[in-house]
Amino acid sequence: MKAPLFDYVNATSLDQALGLLDQYGEEARIIAGGQSLMATLNMRLSQPQVLIDINSIQGLSGVRETRKDIRIGALTRHMELLESDIVKEHLPLIASAMPHVAHVAIRNRGTIGGSLSMADPAAELPACCVALDATFELSSRSGQRVVKARDFFSGLYTTERQDNEILTQITIPKCAPQQLHYFEEINRRQGDFAIVGLACTAAVKKGLMSSKRSLKALDVVIFGCEDKPTRLAQTCLHLIGTSIDKNTITAAKQKLEQELNPTANLEGRADTKLHLATVLLERALLSLARDIGTID
Amino acid sequence: MDNQRPSDRESIIGKSVPRSALRQLVHGRGRYTDDIQLPRMLELVFVRSPLAHAKIVNINIDDALRQPGIAHIFTGADIAEICKPWNGEAAHRPNLKSAPQYPLAMEQVTWQGEPIVAILAETRAQAEDAIDHVFIDFEELPAVVDPHGALEASAPLIHPDLGTNLADEQLIEAGSPDEAFNKALHVVEADFTFGRQTGVTLEPRSVIADYNSGSRSLTVYQSHQSPFQMQDLYAQNLAIDENNVRVICPDVGGAFGVKLHIYGDEVAAVASSVLTGRPVKFVADRMESFVSDTHARDHRVKARMAVSANGRIQAFEVDDLSAVGPYGHARRFSIVEGLQTITSAAAPYKFKHYRGRTRIVYQNKNMIGMYRGVGLPIACAVGEQMVDLAAAAVHMDPLEFRRQNYIDDDMYPHTTATGIHFEQLSLHQCLTQLKALMNYDELRQEQQQQRERGIYRGIGIATFIEQTAYGSRYYGPTEARVSVQEGCTLKLEPTGKVRCLTSATEQGQGTTAGIAQIVAEELGIGVDDISVIHGDSGTTPYGGGSWASRGAAMAGEAALKAARQLQSNILEVAAALLDLAPQELTLSRSRICLKHNGQSCMELEEVAKIGHFRQDQLPADLQPEFAVTRSHVPRNDVPPYYVANGVQASYLEVDTHTGIIRLLRHWAVDDCGRILNPMIVDEQVRGGIVQGIGGALLEKCHYDLQGQMLNASMADYLVPMASEMPDIHVEHVETPTRYTQLGAKGVGEAGTIGAIGVMWCAINDALRPLGAQVKEQPFTPEVILDALKQTHQ
Ligand SMILES: Cc1cc2nc3c(=O)[nH]c(=O)nc-3n(C[C@H](O)[C@H](O)[C@H](O)COP(=O)(O)OP(=O)(O)OC[C@H]3O[C@@H](n4cnc5c(N)ncnc54)[C@H](O)[C@@H]3O)c2cc1C
Repeated sequence: MKAPLFDYVNATSLDQALGLLDQYGEEARIIAGGQSLMATLNMRLSQPQVLIDINSIQGLSGVRETRKDIRIGALTRHMELLESDIVKEHLPLIASAMPHVAHVAIRNRGTIGGSLSMADPAAELPACCVALDATFELSSRSGQRVVKARDFFSGLYTTERQDNEILTQITIPKCAPQQLHYFEEINRRQGDFAIVGLACTAAVKKGLMSSKRSLKALDVVIFGCEDKPTRLAQTCLHLIGTSIDKNTITAAKQKLEQELNPTANLEGRADTKLHLATVLLERALLSLARDIGTID
Repeated sequence: MDNQRPSDRESIIGKSVPRSALRQLVHGRGRYTDDIQLPRMLELVFVRSPLAHAKIVNINIDDALRQPGIAHIFTGADIAEICKPWNGEAAHRPNLKSAPQYPLAMEQVTWQGEPIVAILAETRAQAEDAIDHVFIDFEELPAVVDPHGALEASAPLIHPDLGTNLADEQLIEAGSPDEAFNKALHVVEADFTFGRQTGVTLEPRSVIADYNSGSRSLTVYQSHQSPFQMQDLYAQNLAIDENNVRVICPDVGGAFGVKLHIYGDEVAAVASSVLTGRPVKFVADRMESFVSDTHARDHRVKARMAVSANGRIQAFEVDDLSAVGPYGHARRFSIVEGLQTITSAAAPYKFKHYRGRTRIVYQNKNMIGMYRGVGLPIACAVGEQMVDLAAAAVHMDPLEFRRQNYIDDDMYPHTTATGIHFEQLSLHQCLTQLKALMNYDELRQEQQQQRERGIYRGIGIATFIEQTAYGSRYYGPTEARVSVQEGCTLKLEPTGKVRCLTSATEQGQGTTAGIAQIVAEELGIGVDDISVIHGDSGTTPYGGGSWASRGAAMAGEAALKAARQLQSNILEVAAALLDLAPQELTLSRSRICLKHNGQSCMELEEVAKIGHFRQDQLPADLQPEFAVTRSHVPRNDVPPYYVANGVQASYLEVDTHTGIIRLLRHWAVDDCGRILNPMIVDEQVRGGIVQGIGGALLEKCHYDLQGQMLNASMADYLVPMASEMPDIHVEHVETPTRYTQLGAKGVGEAGTIGAIGVMWCAINDALRPLGAQVKEQPFTPEVILDALKQTHQ
């Protein structure tokens, strides 16, 4: 397995990289961690004319905290996110997802920008970004634009990113102190892409009596089922304003079955995936209910 | 720190001596086939069939020949001009049908991945670039994919000349099974489906061929288990004088049976060197490995067991259907999995009435061959699962049920109803030891407590047998030119060090380290004073190589004989120098000593020096013979294999909501006869168990209805990884075989054989209170959930 011939440019500035992207259009490919790209090149699934290496560009990497947000450079490695104290404190959902992203060797090289641009439907980071309502900064020669994660993923391995754009930064609102989250995925080996996974965040409205605590906000995202992360908007709408109990959970599972349309793959038929998604939803809701004290 | 040298201890055999040969691998100084660079060498890649079944209408290579760096391009017809085809027939089984197989496809392709065109270029990348410039017109034919479908009257014939897709059918019958089933109080039945798997060696199949047109000699470096078999094949099929053919197996990174076979692509690479007069290298890449390395398993089995009210097995029946791809493997046949399934299932038990049938069918998928355990994992899974069902039918504890039905200790030597001959097994002892090791009774209590909390844990027990070291009574009548003899040459060097040339080969398992221990012990020197040379058909004594867990048992026996003879030769020289009788002397810790009191008389080094450089000091009629060769082949009047045995247990938890299985603990008590090196044996057992668990839980070659393999990459074909593996506790019982002086049996396959069966038993034990039963391996979440769903309906 050898890649076909291509040119390679080690870009040292964002301008240089963007200029090359403009010049080559769809014949160019950005290489970040290379963990997904190198395999596709060697398998000759992708045969670009030129590879633009963005690893030497300053300022594309690192996790920063602002007053309201966490800003993550696109070139930040999975390992850095996994070990970041800022992420642990302000983005607990991502912190709990990171151990599921690939294996150590891959985490050492793979980047968040690469993962989001790749848009694997079974990947953890796209799902978390959708759940957390992240925004992505896309840069091109003509400037920058911001796209919401919820609009970014358009289909199987496809995104709203144009060929002349580089994903440069990910902005995620800090998690509020009372905000709750849940993450779980089902796979046969630790570190594999999920058969089915769930990422969710929730906020609670305090009732006058503690037992009346209900959900103020809820975002449940299922991944590994459809061609992109699926936000269960209807199911969540149904749950907001209720306090979670056995009945609401049963109803929510039925909603999910109407809302989610899984595609079969080697890891499972559509009905199997649908079943697994309901199991994850139930576990997520039970965990939230335990957190807010409506079920013990 | 234990800084005692091994030679200072009483015995070297049986000690966990570290393997010195590993040092070079750890230092990154291993030398695998792909590390070898020869001058003027061409790189070879293949155009492989994209279709499972098609006629080749036309091959156009003109454009490809014009691409940069391309030296030659050969089609099947080009190679066939200098290379005869081979055939997976066996002389002793006249009904076994197999079509001749050429190195590259000729008129038709019969599986996706079959090599069609060989492209030779200056670099591998150039050769790969040219693939897209070879144009092949196919006329697609309907593919035979499903094994049952292969036998239907309407099924397309893969090889019309054979007149059928049925390769062979074998029947065994003992006693009166029909009558026994009719009379029995309980009859349990089950169906089994075993998915296709493959071996996934770390180092892919690799070969470098260097044909010298001047000397008409052929040197082949090949990542293979048997350099002798390949020497024979090249001599026979390429018509080169055998004395001019030398096959060298450098370091080999895993083999598991995958590298025992004759592969069209490898032979085509060798033929290409003959045709071009240049060295040619072919290294399979991972994706082509998945569609060309031999696959295994792929069985459908139906079984019935009759049991009496007091829990005695009365009769057993196994009906196996095995699909083996489009050709039988030459010299190894593709019927062995099926045969082992029907001869070895439930073989540890003492029933009298038996019927077994296996049907072997051809299909348009990659070929099936030998893979760790061959048919024995299937036999074990079927037998042990039926035993569990029978125990449940009479409400007996499965462990006690086994004990009650095992062949009794006083029944040996024993021939089973299925036709296997046991010299001596240690079934009862292994089970007793296992029960204590795993704390069986407490574990059952814990399992019960967990069930009450809605947690479903399973305890599985699987008794296994392992026929190791197949002998000439097995392979001889096949006329397959498979050597089952092993040889050993020992050379005493002038400083008293020893070179050992063995016919056993090494694929990473440590066989050669065990052989060094035998030589050290029998000769009376330290293991570090011995270096082992192996894997070279031009220098080592002839033999079979390493397969079927034979290395220690067979090549070890040859080494033992050679060491005893060399010692006697050394003592003869020493006796002459000391003016004593050889019988008064012994060799210990590299010193010549007096036998009766151990007093040291002379260094071995001194004897070696005199024997090599100062023969003038020796009596006139004494010839120092410091190079000795001995062979071992099993006697013709004993069974054609040594049977090892053991029992494994697994404790696992099934998440009944997700179908995910969590492995909690695993135990094995193994009896491989005399143990040479406990550390190596333990790791063989553990590694084998992990490979078996992989087969039971994860690994499957997914094919679609057109015969396309869908998961030919490491991303989609899941192999076991360390993080999911349980702790594996290994203990031993030692029942040496009396057929050799050494007493070792094989151990290489034990772990895999038992692990697959024990997974079946443990998972179904977990599901039994829910009334569910899995029938299909691998046990994916979907398989588990489907089994649970059936109980809800
Ligand atoms: C064995 C294995 C297991 C894995 N398991 C998981 C898993 O469980 N979960 C998971 O999420 N991932 C998994 N991955 C994928 C891993 O996370 C990859 O690293 C990631 O998907 C891609 O990141 P990268 O930096 O390596 O991108 P690259 O491979 O360099 O690039 C991937 C694609 O994104 C484009 N790209 C990269 N960066 C940018 C950018 N800044 N702007 C625009 N386009 C860009 C590239 O052009 C390319 O098309 C696994 C990978 C392997 C090899």
